[in-house]
Amino acid sequence: MAPLFYIFAVLAILAALSVVLQRTPVYSALSLIVVLCSLAVVYLLLGAEFLAVIQVIIYAGAIMVLFVLVIMLLNARQETPSDRSRLARWLGAPLLLVFLGELLFAVWERFPAATTRAAALPDAGPRAVGALLFRSYVLPFEVTSILILVAVLGAVVLAKKRL
Amino acid sequence: MIPTHYYLFLGAALFTIGVVGVLTRRNIIVILMSIELILNAVNINLVAFSRYFQAVDGQVFAIFVITDAAAEAAVGLGLIIALFRNKETVNADEIDLLKW
Repeated sequence: MAPLFYIFAVLAILAALSVVLQRTPVYSALSLIVVLCSLAVVYLLLGAEFLAVIQVIIYAGAIMVLFVLVIMLLNARQETPSDRSRLARWLGAPLLLVFLGELLFAVWERFPAATTRAAALPDAGPRAVGALLFRSYVLPFEVTSILILVAVLGAVVLAKKRL
Repeated sequence: MIPTHYYLFLGAALFTIGVVGVLTRRNIIVILMSIELILNAVNINLVAFSRYFQAVDGQVFAIFVITDAAAEAAVGLGLIIALFRNKETVNADEIDLLKW
């Protein structure tokens, strides 16, 4: 099980780098699909089967189709890098590494390897997730449905030429 | 068994890459995709802690985050289409109407 995690974690990070570094938006979108699918495997290793399935169906399926559709629609070509700031290149990259190191150090300090609890979740199937979602979290669930409604209305209003 | 902090490391790395994408790219669509990377980093942390604390609540929150990502993508892409219709560009640095 352990090699599977390392393989897909490295794959996710490489594909994420590819999302950021590719100059053509379609390649970025395809790399993002690789990231999402390898994260689905990571969720499986964490014992979150339902979330893994949701990740593939909703994220890699529905949301990414929307992205690719808009890229095709707007005919977004290769982007030319802007050479506006030299300072950003020489100062930004080291500061970024400092930021990442700080994050990793904070995690490392709070979670020494010894305190890790071993067992996977006893019951985290769709049944357990659904029971929690529709009992304890039923109000946030309903509020989310209103959010989706507003998002649909907003998208229509924004994208339509004239109402 | 993979210890929990390895998952948190993965989340931190993805978050940082997402931040780089938001800050350095010019194409608004790629900026939105980098935001999706950041949201996924959050999801990894939620699910990892869900296992750490032996509680399913983290997974429910991750589902909420995915729902919000869907709403954000719909509205964001609608905004991009509206912008493209008015300005004929998808580069973030060319949309500078409010810049002095």
